[in-house]
Amino acid sequence: MLTLEHLSKTYADGTRALSDIRLTVHESEIVALIGGSGCGKTTLLRLIAGLDRASVGAIRLDGEAIEEPHPAIGIVFQEPRLLPWLTVADNVGFGLGDAPSAERKSRVAHALEKVGLSENAGRWPRDLSGGQQQRVAIARAFVTNPKVLLLDEPFSALDAFTRASLHEHLLGLWDETRPTVVLVTHDVSEAVTLADRVIVMRPKPGRIEDELPLGLARPRDRTAMPFENATRRVMQALDQSLRDTHKPSQRDQQAAALWW
Amino acid sequence: MITRESAVSGEAGDGTVARAWSSPDGAAALAAPSFAGKHLRADLRVLLGFFLPVALALLWEVAVRFHLAEGRLVPPPSRIFATLKALAATGELWIHVWATLWRVAVGFAIGSVAGILLGALSGASVSVRRLLDPTLQALRAIPSIAWVPLFILWLGIFEASKVALIAIGVFFPVYLGVAGAILSVDRKLIEVGRVFRLSRTALARRILLPAILPSALISLRSGLGLGFMFVVAAEIMGASEGLGYLLVDGQQMGKPDQILAAIIAFALLGKAADTVLVLATNPLVRWQDTARETL
Repeated sequence: MLTLEHLSKTYADGTRALSDIRLTVHESEIVALIGGSGCGKTTLLRLIAGLDRASVGAIRLDGEAIEEPHPAIGIVFQEPRLLPWLTVADNVGFGLGDAPSAERKSRVAHALEKVGLSENAGRWPRDLSGGQQQRVAIARAFVTNPKVLLLDEPFSALDAFTRASLHEHLLGLWDETRPTVVLVTHDVSEAVTLADRVIVMRPKPGRIEDELPLGLARPRDRTAMPFENATRRVMQALDQSLRDTHKPSQRDQQAAALWW
Repeated sequence: MITRESAVSGEAGDGTVARAWSSPDGAAALAAPSFAGKHLRADLRVLLGFFLPVALALLWEVAVRFHLAEGRLVPPPSRIFATLKALAATGELWIHVWATLWRVAVGFAIGSVAGILLGALSGASVSVRRLLDPTLQALRAIPSIAWVPLFILWLGIFEASKVALIAIGVFFPVYLGVAGAILSVDRKLIEVGRVFRLSRTALARRILLPAILPSALISLRSGLGLGFMFVVAAEIMGASEGLGYLLVDGQQMGKPDQILAAIIAFALLGKAADTVLVLATNPLVRWQDTARETL
């Protein structure tokens, strides 16, 4: 179980990126963080990944405090971040440093098969399309069997067809070991396709506005009524968050009254 | 064989062209230039580089032969090659070539190892950079010739002072190249290493080293080029062997053909050394996604 306890992040220049984030993500649950730009989604993911430190609060994975990158936590970034000097297979096996050669080979081959890139194992990243590169990045994150997988808008730069295909590859891989997944996305449809629960965030400073358990069975039919209802609920929550963000604060109202 | 010409003109009476276009493989074979054709074009591109010097040499040869120019101070190519041939035949040329090559090789080895080590330290550690870089940048601004009297005083007039001068010439471009390359490694790739909890050594070996390799190899090439420039200065300042000595000897004995023969030998030697370095290191950077093949 992943627990975020009163998490806040303030940068050195005084910018408050996150304020009092409290969240529990259950084992094997897929949670989508959704919200406009600058609401701290990526900052939150970097804190969970151990790439940055929280100013206040704690992150715990099964009770263990997370303050630096942890072997049980994997991440897929917005861009593939493949190492251009390694072949596709070596990129996938990058995190399997200590594994015996035979085991390493079989795990890499299996991960590549799951993302449909077995035939590209010996190619350089430069020879792959953007979608294929992101599939390699997903395989690299899954191959170490993480307990928690963090996805930082990994499909945002891809076209709709590639994105749909990657959703399937991702769910196929997830179904094998069922890690806990925290997905950052801007895309409501993507959140409803993949997640069990959607967390709506709002900015200045970044905080949780709403939590929406979706209660949809898998596989999901995007044309079915329950899917459309869930999408509508998420959009309504986002609209409410937008209204709340633009609503003048009590202090602003008092200042305006004094002015008149 | 299916040729592009026959496909365009439709002249293949046996129906070869029609069959070729009817299958994707055949169409691809027609669209792509053949292996032999590609090689021929590559050979022609290499030959293009020889066009300008050969044309100028021929022009000068003709001008001297037909008494349009005197050719005493600038001898025609035939006389220069005759001098080179004579020097080679007596074995004298090889003694000078070997002496120069040995000095450049030792100076390059010392200068590049020092440049890589200090460049890596300076690039990887802020404290080392603050400590070393200002001094090294100041030393870099000193003209190479200014070191000569000091090196002769310190190391004598024999090999050590010459090798030291060459090493200095090689050191600075390598130091700057390696330090700069480390500082410009993509932060996002370092984060990939952090996510997989690489130790500092593993991070250096598995991410920093391969990431800086292309820039570091370019700085080694520039260092090698400077090594050949500095060996001339080193051999001119006092030597009894080496292509630089051949230059000075030609000047003192009034033999411009010998000077030009030594200059040509320098050019060939420098180009050959650079080619060897490029061929030896190309396999290390074949993963690069560059515009080289498309330009």
